[in-house]
Amino acid sequence: MTPQSNVMVTAPVKIGREAELRALLASMNEVSGRVNPANPLVPFEQFGQLHVARFVILQDQTLDDLHTAYGLPRADYPLELAFIADFDGTADDFRADLARRAADGLRRIFSCCEGFAPDGDLARWMKDHENPAATMYQNWRGRTVRQVREENALRLALEAHLQSDPASFAVKAPRQVHSALKDFVDAEVRSGRLTLTDPSPTPPGWWLRNLLHFVGVPLALLLLAPFMILYSPVYIYQLRRREKHDPEIAPPVDPDHEQKLSRLEDHDVTNQFTAMGSVKPGLLRRWTLVFLFWVLNWTTRHIYIRGHLSRVPTIHFARWVFVDQKRRLVFASNYDGSLESYMDDFINKVGWGLNLVFSNGVGYPTSNWLILDGCKDEQRFKGFLRRHQLPTEVWYKAYPGLTAFDLKRNTLIRQGLGNSAMSDAELRQWIALF
Amino acid sequence: MDSTLLKDGKMPGSVDYDDVQGLVRFGFKKLTEACYFLLRIKNAQAAREWLRSAPVTTAVEMKPAPRTALQIAFTRQGLERLLVPDDVIVQFSPEFISGMAGEENRSRRLGDTQANSPAGWRWGASGSVPHAVVILFAERGLLEGWKPSIKGEFWNAAFEEIACLPTSDLGGTEPFGFVDGISQPALDWGQTRKVSVNGDQLEYGNLVSLGEFLLGYSNEYGRYTDRPLLDSKARGSEELLPAADQPGKRDLGLNGTYLVMRQLQQDVRGFWQFLNKVSGSNPEARYRLAEAFVGRAYPDGAPLVPLSRTPIPGIGAKGDEAARRLEIQQNQFTYDSDAAGVRCPFGAHIRRANPRNTDIPGAPKGLFSHLIRLLGFGYKNVRDDLIASARFHRILRRGRGYGTKLSPEEALQNASPSDPERGLLFVAVNANIERQFEFVQNAWVMRTKFDGLTEEADPLLGNREAVRGCPFTSTFSLPQENGVRRRIMDMPQFITVRGGAYFFMPSMRALRYFCRIGG
Repeated sequence: MTPQSNVMVTAPVKIGREAELRALLASMNEVSGRVNPANPLVPFEQFGQLHVARFVILQDQTLDDLHTAYGLPRADYPLELAFIADFDGTADDFRADLARRAADGLRRIFSCCEGFAPDGDLARWMKDHENPAATMYQNWRGRTVRQVREENALRLALEAHLQSDPASFAVKAPRQVHSALKDFVDAEVRSGRLTLTDPSPTPPGWWLRNLLHFVGVPLALLLLAPFMILYSPVYIYQLRRREKHDPEIAPPVDPDHEQKLSRLEDHDVTNQFTAMGSVKPGLLRRWTLVFLFWVLNWTTRHIYIRGHLSRVPTIHFARWVFVDQKRRLVFASNYDGSLESYMDDFINKVGWGLNLVFSNGVGYPTSNWLILDGCKDEQRFKGFLRRHQLPTEVWYKAYPGLTAFDLKRNTLIRQGLGNSAMSDAELRQWIALF
Repeated sequence: MDSTLLKDGKMPGSVDYDDVQGLVRFGFKKLTEACYFLLRIKNAQAAREWLRSAPVTTAVEMKPAPRTALQIAFTRQGLERLLVPDDVIVQFSPEFISGMAGEENRSRRLGDTQANSPAGWRWGASGSVPHAVVILFAERGLLEGWKPSIKGEFWNAAFEEIACLPTSDLGGTEPFGFVDGISQPALDWGQTRKVSVNGDQLEYGNLVSLGEFLLGYSNEYGRYTDRPLLDSKARGSEELLPAADQPGKRDLGLNGTYLVMRQLQQDVRGFWQFLNKVSGSNPEARYRLAEAFVGRAYPDGAPLVPLSRTPIPGIGAKGDEAARRLEIQQNQFTYDSDAAGVRCPFGAHIRRANPRNTDIPGAPKGLFSHLIRLLGFGYKNVRDDLIASARFHRILRRGRGYGTKLSPEEALQNASPSDPERGLLFVAVNANIERQFEFVQNAWVMRTKFDGLTEEADPLLGNREAVRGCPFTSTFSLPQENGVRRRIMDMPQFITVRGGAYFFMPSMRALRYFCRIGG
C-alpha cells in the first residue's frame, strides 16, 4: 500500500506583487474555476501521484471580527499564498518531483513571496515553508491516483461489455455473470487493454509507526483521563460562561463576495472549499481545538479511512491547519455536489461534529455544550461559512467527473471481481454495483 | 442578537387566511382555464392604482367556491419598479434578488445549460425578466369574458404584456399522459408540528412545517426563514404586522412566499417514440418502461412500490372519505421496501424529486444503535446513507399543462407541420428557494450522481449534457431482482426549458404596502 501524504506551503506575499501573483494564478485556468491541467506553470496532469491541489491567497475578510466582537486591537497579518496538495507517496518525493517538472513555474509564483531566493533550492524552500495539518482526512487510505484511474477504466469496460450483449446477461444468474465478467477482464488484462496494478509494498516502518500512533493516542488519553475528569467541572463552567456571551457574527452574505465564490464553483461534480477565520480569544478555546484536532486526527487516521467521515461520504480530502501561532485556522476540503448540499449534509448529518470544531471560531452561531445548536441555526450558519470562505484561485482534481462514491463503487467492483468465494447474497450486492 | 427560535410556551398566532394568496392553500383545480400574464410595469403609479382594486383571491375557504381566481407575484425588478426601497429589497433572499437566470453558476446548478440555456429563453433571461405575473384561473368558459373586467381602466397604462401564457385542461394529466401533482406536502396550517432542533426525525412524514411554504412561521429547523423586516417608522410599514420573532420590526414577508415558475416544453412525440423504439414496438413493454421513468403506474399514478402498512403523518388526513382513500392509495409509501430499486428505479422521476427518506436511515432503535449510525457505521448497503433528509427539501407544486392532449398512440405518429407545442408551466411554492426548489432541482433531479448513480440524470428532465470526465449522461438504469441491471442508452432530451423566473408572492398586507410606498 502507498499511503497518501499532503503538503501545505504558505508564504507572505510581497508588498506590491499581489496583482502579478493573481494574474499568474489566473493564467493557469482555462476559465475562472476550471484549471488547465497542462498549464505551463504547474502542469498538474504530469504528476501521476497527485490527487488534488490548489493555490489560494489567504486573504481573511473577517480579521476585524476580533476587534468588533471582543474589542481586541486590530490584527494585521500579511497576505499569504498557500499551495495545498494531496498525493500518493511521501512529501519529500513529491517536492522533489515538483522541483523537477515545475521548477520554472513555481519559481515565478513563489518569487512573488517574501524570502524566496530564485536561485535557491526550491524543494528545500517549500519544505521550510510547510504548515502541517492539525487534522487531515483522506477518503480512502492508500487508494492511489493510478488505482482510481485503472478502476474507472475497469468499470467502463465492464459496463460496455454488459451493454454489448444485454439479452444474454439478462438471463444469467449472478454467479454466471460474475464468472463471465471475470473471464472478460482476464482476457482484457492479458491483451493489455486493461491494467490492474497490484498495490506497491508499504514503505518500511510505516505499519509500525501507524500502530504506535493507533495505540499511543488512546493510551495517552487514558493517562490524561483522571486529570481531565478532575478538570471537567471547571472546564464546563468556563465553556458555558463563554458560550452564553460569545457574539455571533453571521450576517447575510455580501452579494459581491458570493458572486466571486460561485463563479468558481460547479464546474465539476466535485468542488473545492477553502475557509479561514480566527480562533476565539483565550487559551480555553485554543487548547480545546488543539485537543479536539489531536483526537480527530486519530479517527481520520485509523477509523475513517474507508469512504466516509462519520456520516458524510462526499469528502475526498480535507484538512484543518492552524496558522499564526494557533490564533487562526484554515479549513480546506474537496467535496462532491454543490455548496448548498454540502452545507445541508453537514448540518443534518454531522451538525454535532461541525459545532465541536467550528464553535471555537469567532462569530460562529451560538452553540451549547460544544455540540448542540450552532449550525442548526441554518441560515446564520450558512452565512457564517460563506463569509469565511476564500476564492480558490487555482484548483486541480486528477479525476474530473468522479465522485468519492464513484471511486468506492469502482474499488468494490474490482475487489468483488477477484473474490470467487462470495455468497449468493454478496454476489447479488456486487452485481447491483453496476 | 437573540436567536429566532420559537421559545417554548409562545405559540404563534393562527394563520390569517384572509392575508394569504389562495395559491398557497388551493390548487384551484376546478378552475380549469388559466392564463399567466407576464408583465412589465410601464407606469408604477398606474400599476398601484390597478393593484388597489385587483380582486386577488385569498386562502379563505369560500362556499360556494369561487368561479374565478386571481393571483399576483413580483420579481425583484418588479419591486424596484414599484419603488420598494433598496434597504428592503436587499433583505429578500439572494436567489430572488439575483434571479433564476442571473448567474452562470445558478444556470449550471439548475441544468439550464446548452439547449436549456437562458440565452434561448423566450422570457426570464437577462433583459426579458418580467416585473410581475398575474395568474388568472376560471371555470371552463369564463376566462375570456373575465379578462377585460379584471384589466379595468388602469391595466393598459400600467402594464406591458410580455406574454400571456395559456394553459389547457388536460384532464388532470401532464402532457406525457401521467396523472400530475399527486404528491404534495401537507402544510401544517395548525402549527402543531414540533421539530427537535438537535434530534433526528426517524420516520418519514408528509406534514411539513408551515414556515417551509409561508414566510413568517417556524420552518423545519424551528427557525424563521430570513425575509424583509421593516423598521416600524418606515414609510408604509403601518400596513404590516409585527414580526413574530422580532416584535420591534414589521414583517413584509409574513404570509407571503416565493414562487418559482418555469416554462418546460415537452417533446411528447419524442418521448413515446423513444420508448416505443427501445421497447421493440411492444405496447405493454413501452408502458412499463414509461412507468419506470416516472415511478408511477400509467395512467392512474399508483406507486410502483407496495403501500406502507402504517400510516404516514400528513397523508390521507384531509378531504372526504373517497379523497382520503385515494391519497392513501397513491401516497402512503416510502422506498424502504425497495432498497435495491427493483420496483421503482433509483433514478425514477418521483424517487429523485422526493426520496421520502428520514433524517437517519434504518430507523435505529435505542440509543446505542443511533449513536453508531451517527458516527457513520451500522449501514447494511453501500447506498444506505447517500441522500439528504427529505423534509428540508419539499416544494408545493402548482403547475399546469399547455398544448393539446396527445395520447401515447397518437404520439407515435409523426407530427404535422401545424402540431402545437406542448409542455408544463411549472410553478413551485417555497419559502427558501435555494434550500427547496434549487436543491431538489440540482442535487436530486439534474445531478448525474444522485443516490450513487452515474451517467444519468432525471429520465424526464435531464438535459443529457456531458459531464467532464464522464463520457455520457444519457442512460437510465433499471435494477433487476436477481441479475444484471437493465440499462437504457442514448436517451434524448425530452424536456427543454423555455423561460423562467423567481417571484415573490406577497400577502394582502404586503400588497397594500406596495400601494402605499412611492405613490
